[in-house]
Amino acid sequence: MACRRGLARAGVLALVALGLAACQLPTFGSFNAPTTQGQKSFHLWQGFMIPTLLVGIFVEGLIFWAALRYRKKKRADEGLPKQTRYNLPWEAVYTIVPVLIVAGLFYFTVLAENQVTKVVHNPQTRVTVTGFRWGWRFDYTDPSGRVLASVVPPTLGHGYPQMMLPDHQVTQVTLVSRDVVHGFYIPAFDYSEYAQPGIHNRFDITPTREGVFDGKCAQYCGLRHSEMLFTVRIMSSSNFHSWLSSQEAKVPT
Amino acid sequence: MTILDERAPVAHHPPEERKEPWGVYKWLTSTDHKVIGKSYLITSVLFFLMAGIMALLFRVQLTSPDNGFLSQSTYNELFTMHGSMMMYLFAGPFAFGGFANAIVPIQVGAPDMAFPRLNALSYWIYAAGGFIMLSGFITAGGAADFGWVAYAPLSNAVNSPGAGADLWIIALVLTGFSAIFTGVNIITTVFYLRAPGMTMFRIPIFTWNMVVTGILILIAFPVLTSALIMLFADRHLGTHIFEVSGGGVPVLWQHLFWFFGHPEVYILALPYFGIVTEILPVFSRKPVFGYKGLFFATLLIAGLSTGVWAHHMFTTGVVLLPFFSGMSFLIAVPTGIKYFAWIGTMWRGKLTFPTPMLFAVGFLVVFLAGGLSGVLLASPPIDFFTHDTYFVVAHFHQVLFGTAIFAGFGGLYYWFPKITGRMLRDKLGRVHFWLLFWGFWVQTIPQYIVGLQGMPRRVPTYPANLGWTLYNRISTAGAFMIGLSFAFFLVNLWVSWRKPVAAGDNPWVYGQALEWATSSPAPHHNFHSIPPIRSERPTWDMNFGEPPPGADIEGPTGVTVR
Repeated sequence: MACRRGLARAGVLALVALGLAACQLPTFGSFNAPTTQGQKSFHLWQGFMIPTLLVGIFVEGLIFWAALRYRKKKRADEGLPKQTRYNLPWEAVYTIVPVLIVAGLFYFTVLAENQVTKVVHNPQTRVTVTGFRWGWRFDYTDPSGRVLASVVPPTLGHGYPQMMLPDHQVTQVTLVSRDVVHGFYIPAFDYSEYAQPGIHNRFDITPTREGVFDGKCAQYCGLRHSEMLFTVRIMSSSNFHSWLSSQEAKVPT
Repeated sequence: MTILDERAPVAHHPPEERKEPWGVYKWLTSTDHKVIGKSYLITSVLFFLMAGIMALLFRVQLTSPDNGFLSQSTYNELFTMHGSMMMYLFAGPFAFGGFANAIVPIQVGAPDMAFPRLNALSYWIYAAGGFIMLSGFITAGGAADFGWVAYAPLSNAVNSPGAGADLWIIALVLTGFSAIFTGVNIITTVFYLRAPGMTMFRIPIFTWNMVVTGILILIAFPVLTSALIMLFADRHLGTHIFEVSGGGVPVLWQHLFWFFGHPEVYILALPYFGIVTEILPVFSRKPVFGYKGLFFATLLIAGLSTGVWAHHMFTTGVVLLPFFSGMSFLIAVPTGIKYFAWIGTMWRGKLTFPTPMLFAVGFLVVFLAGGLSGVLLASPPIDFFTHDTYFVVAHFHQVLFGTAIFAGFGGLYYWFPKITGRMLRDKLGRVHFWLLFWGFWVQTIPQYIVGLQGMPRRVPTYPANLGWTLYNRISTAGAFMIGLSFAFFLVNLWVSWRKPVAAGDNPWVYGQALEWATSSPAPHHNFHSIPPIRSERPTWDMNFGEPPPGADIEGPTGVTVR
């Protein structure tokens, strides 16, 4: 028992160490997301890059080693090397070790994905995002579905719409499409999801710092796919709510 | 002692005195697997060159933000046709039409394919399908422009009204049937037409991989063909299978397409794994390491590949993430087994590096990186922010380039002497390889970076203020290095045509499988005599002595573990 508890403690310590280390790790080219959900994906990415790079360097190293070390040395060497056909112990090792590695990767994936995809029952803000050819529309609603404010895209070629988000509050996005499949993608948030006809996708965004970020359509949707751009502004919750009430007046009843 | 020795001596039949067809007439009417194999190789490489030129065109478009080199609609047609041609008309038929035809019957000691006429039909509907797909360019609306995946409802009659889309659908139905016919043919040939002594575990891994590919084709292609017919019905017969308006389900297309599409990825990969497994032992002067492990790993990959289709759909929000993620991770295991088997084959060998071996090792180096980024993508939270970006583009180009280009052209350099009786020049082959190898990295690494920075795929223009310009320019430079490398390949073909160097039966000296025991090119019906088959490498046994009795059952011969 004591031994098992010791093991468990060591495991927890290792996880904490990994968590701490994650803060110090390089970004590996990805974005340090300004949302709690994006942070989970970001840390998972950082954590994944370590074993990926290690395995990559190890196996590429083996390939280069074999290719350089076992080159035929003498020009006229017609001899034959040992005709090794197989080696069960090594074959068992190189089967079992990858199983263990991917089991670990799977475990951390499920932990992270459950947090990224979690939706709460009572978000402070609800917004329905509608993708269409070729633009985005944002409708802020109350729990009953009544529209409080709408952001519609300007005419094509005259700028792009801006989505507003309150800092440190949960905003629930309902993602729909009016025509074909679109990809609602905010690179800096480390997140994207499809907007599809006939499907209502829901996800939560909880921002952690203010700023303006680019958004785009990731899924190819026809002629002006590359122009389906928008921006996201994270503002303090008081600013957000005064913006929301200023817009409410404009919504036709 | 053996079946071969016990057979009654066969009476000698003098060759019949009849006029053999020749030239174009022979090519049009032949049911000989070697002729059909050659036709497949030539046709698929032609499609490859065309699709490559399309890629160069849209790489030029991407060298500057807001570039106007190509119009948006032309750009969309070009990347759609580039993907469709590379996937359906090149990578699949190159191996499973070309090499499968040219090599598999010889490797198992068969006189021809089991159904030679079906084989000819298979080639002709493939070639017809290819040109039907291309003919979209001369219709008024242009070629298909909905991407090689043709997601509904973008591919319906409202959003893609042109005839190019219909031609694309019909072409895919035809090439799909072609693949199915070849699959039936290969499976039957290997199971029923093997030479005496060629037991199941003496079949070379290359041929095994072709059989498993054939089985995967029989699982996957009928699904695609049915989905295409449904799409056609939606477009023209008033059905609403993929239309919300009539109670249909658009996402069903994605399920059907990827239920085909993911096995398809392995249909494109397994034959090339097989090629590498042929090349590495010959130039290491060793038997393949872990034969049975490789065999079962191939079966495992094939099995798993039918259960991972929704990892292309993680961001749809309507699939069970943990299941498809876990299954996708598991594919890394048999792939890892293969890698270590390949490295084990080279380990303590006597390696030489003529062009085919360079390409095979190039495959190992390139495919590994693509495979590892694939493991990253198997994790849904990571896929969420890389899906549909250039990160994915870089990933699958690395995987498909590793297989279809590095392993595929390695196979072409390796078997060209057997198929034509002439050698390709080694020096030109080396230039081809090194330009291709470095060009490929120059093209791909910037795509990974720019993908992580959020550049979506399939965009003809991008804003100037995001810092993507330099990465795209480097990537385009890499693409042109690749293009240039194939100029050396074409020169090589031309030199070999104008100034032939005879290959001889066994030009690589340490050839192992049965094809190196016959003449180059093989005679009509392939063999005048077949050497005894006591292991998976009868030609080697003929030249260098057989393994001690029971060697492959009782234990490793002369293994030292350190």
